Amino acid sequence: MFDRLTRRQTIAAFTLAATALTPLAARAEDTVKIGVILPMTGPSASTGREIEAAIKLFQAQKGDKAGGKKVEVIIKDDTGVADITKRLAQELVVNDHVAAIAGFGLTPLALAAAPIATQAKVPEIVMAAGTAIITEASPYIVRTSFTLPQNTMPIAQWALKNGVKKVVTLVSDYGPGIDAEKTFVETIKAGGGQVLDSLRAPLKNPEFAPFLQKAKDLKPDALFLFVPSGFGAALMKQVVERGFAADNIKVIATGDVTDDEQLNNMGDSVLGMITSHNYSADHDSPENKAYVAAFEKANPNMRPNFMSVGGYDGMALFYGALDKTKGDTDGTKLVDAMKGMAWTSPRGPISIDPATRDVVQNVYIRKVERKNGQLYNVEFETVPNVKDPFKAAKAGK
Amino acid sequence: MSTGRRTSQAMSWFANRARWRWPEIALWIAAYALVILFPSRALLFNEVAILALFAVSLDIVLGYAGIVSLGHGAFFGLGAYAAGLLAKAGAGVAPLSDPTLGLLFAALVCGFVGYITSFLVLRGADLTRLMVTLGVALIFAELANRMAWLTGGADGLQGVAPSKILGLFDFDLYGRNAYLYSLTVLFLLFVLARKIVQSPYGLSLRAIKGNALRARAIGIPVNRRLNAAYTLGAAYAGVAGALLAQTTSFVSLDVLEFHRSADVMLIVIFGGVGTLYGAIVGAAAYKAMYDILAAATPQYWQFWLGLALVLLVLFVRGGILGLVAEVRRRIAGHGK
Repeated sequence: MFDRLTRRQTIAAFTLAATALTPLAARAEDTVKIGVILPMTGPSASTGREIEAAIKLFQAQKGDKAGGKKVEVIIKDDTGVADITKRLAQELVVNDHVAAIAGFGLTPLALAAAPIATQAKVPEIVMAAGTAIITEASPYIVRTSFTLPQNTMPIAQWALKNGVKKVVTLVSDYGPGIDAEKTFVETIKAGGGQVLDSLRAPLKNPEFAPFLQKAKDLKPDALFLFVPSGFGAALMKQVVERGFAADNIKVIATGDVTDDEQLNNMGDSVLGMITSHNYSADHDSPENKAYVAAFEKANPNMRPNFMSVGGYDGMALFYGALDKTKGDTDGTKLVDAMKGMAWTSPRGPISIDPATRDVVQNVYIRKVERKNGQLYNVEFETVPNVKDPFKAAKAGK
Repeated sequence: MSTGRRTSQAMSWFANRARWRWPEIALWIAAYALVILFPSRALLFNEVAILALFAVSLDIVLGYAGIVSLGHGAFFGLGAYAAGLLAKAGAGVAPLSDPTLGLLFAALVCGFVGYITSFLVLRGADLTRLMVTLGVALIFAELANRMAWLTGGADGLQGVAPSKILGLFDFDLYGRNAYLYSLTVLFLLFVLARKIVQSPYGLSLRAIKGNALRARAIGIPVNRRLNAAYTLGAAYAGVAGALLAQTTSFVSLDVLEFHRSADVMLIVIFGGVGTLYGAIVGAAAYKAMYDILAAATPQYWQFWLGLALVLLVLFVRGGILGLVAEVRRRIAGHGK
């Protein structure tokens, strides 16, 4: 009897001691956590997988120390559903005491987490979503991906320079698509071009055939396309079936359509297609060569796309900010440290605009070519240091 | 046997059925105690409470009225948008942005739409009903997508800022008040649903589910009863949607998507159809599995969830509650 009691007491004592010690161990002063919320399942799963792979690669290459502290990455799957994103962001902040939240595969997901970033004063690093307005939703949002206006304006300017007068646009009907359409139409009109029609296909379960037929019937000089990462292959298949080339209609797009992840499976029919974008796996720089080689080695059968680079640079930004604050995890100080940061990414030189917290980067005009038996977006023109035109126009007013 | 005696027998039978049993009481006490025991998971519990209410609403329609609906998410989404838009219109200031008013508004809107659509749904037999409910849900999803000026379209509804609950409790970052709020709403509506399904009206629903032809023959107004049940289910789903909109202060098109309708059906079957408690247990089990599996394997958790569901449906009749009842029967059998 006594024996049992003492044993029970010992266990109780140990349990108490353990519970008392755990928080101390978990909150060890030298660990900094960053919570990454990504769509790892569902229709946008490719975005999540690319970014996760890039983050793992970054930590494998640069180690897990920044600003004298150990950086721990927590990855969560929000399945691409906004209310889950918001809850995960809240839990990461409240329970895991993360120094920053990151990821965000789609615009509504980034926007859903914005109030948490503001309320908890925690930096929100947007690694994927591309609607221009996102960074305005909270003063704690910093973006390392791209904005749609930023990637769209150069292709519109290129079209004007190359004798395109009449255009038709076809975009996915949601925030980024409308951003792309607006920028393209405005740039073409400002350059004296004519917009025959602006078509919008639904984002979910899109059937492009009727839109493409309509575009073809209007006989423009060029058709401009935008669909999000992951939808490009389905669209291009139908574009090819319609035979735009035979009618001398140029098909141009943002690089989302000829996404590196899917490009190789689109076949020779997309050869010669002109797009503009912030990243191509074929980008000619030593940084990118090393990045692509390491990425493909760690993830066989995967090619890094622009989403992966957004994730890689998001980590670079977080590490850089921690180095600058010497490990101080105060959210406001971290965001201040991020403002104006500049570094050489696999995609080329990039920086964070201190005024808008949005990424400033080169945008490249590329053409699909076959290289070593594989299809690549080969860059042939560079538009340096493009700021988000949407916010630049606002600031100008 | 005199009529008076028969009536009193019937009354005592009803009273006996309506009695609260200790496992029920324990369940509700445990639900409230969770917020003290695991304060860090309040946000997850909040999702469970909302999902449970949504599942209860489908259980009324599916488990009691016997209407197989694959479009119940329409009312969930509609309720979310109704409450979200009302809170937005009030700009975070009571009384317009008061959450309780939002719930009432969502219930009224969804009850109304549920009543109108119930006539469409009841026109056909099972398969037709399935198609009609699915169609109605698709129409609502597309409407919300098209009416971007009102709903924010694919970018979601921004600026939903409910004021304090009854002017007293704020929605905190930890989600504690959000959970207590959702749980209380769930509890009150559950008590009401429990009363309804145990009333003579609820029994008449069961009779209809068993055999609509015979039910009509003994004088039950079948269609009117089903209209009412569908309307009630719609209003309940609307309240669940409203809770989601208010506690996340955000509404996206996702609330109207097909997977909401499919998930909730899964949960009701998972927990046990036609038991009300099955809906709650199913929701809790579903979310708990998601939470544990998704934390362990962010990429492949759906596989394990799918496997568990298939096994449960294959080997246990009546979902989790069916399993519990079976185990209890076996234990009782051994005791003799």
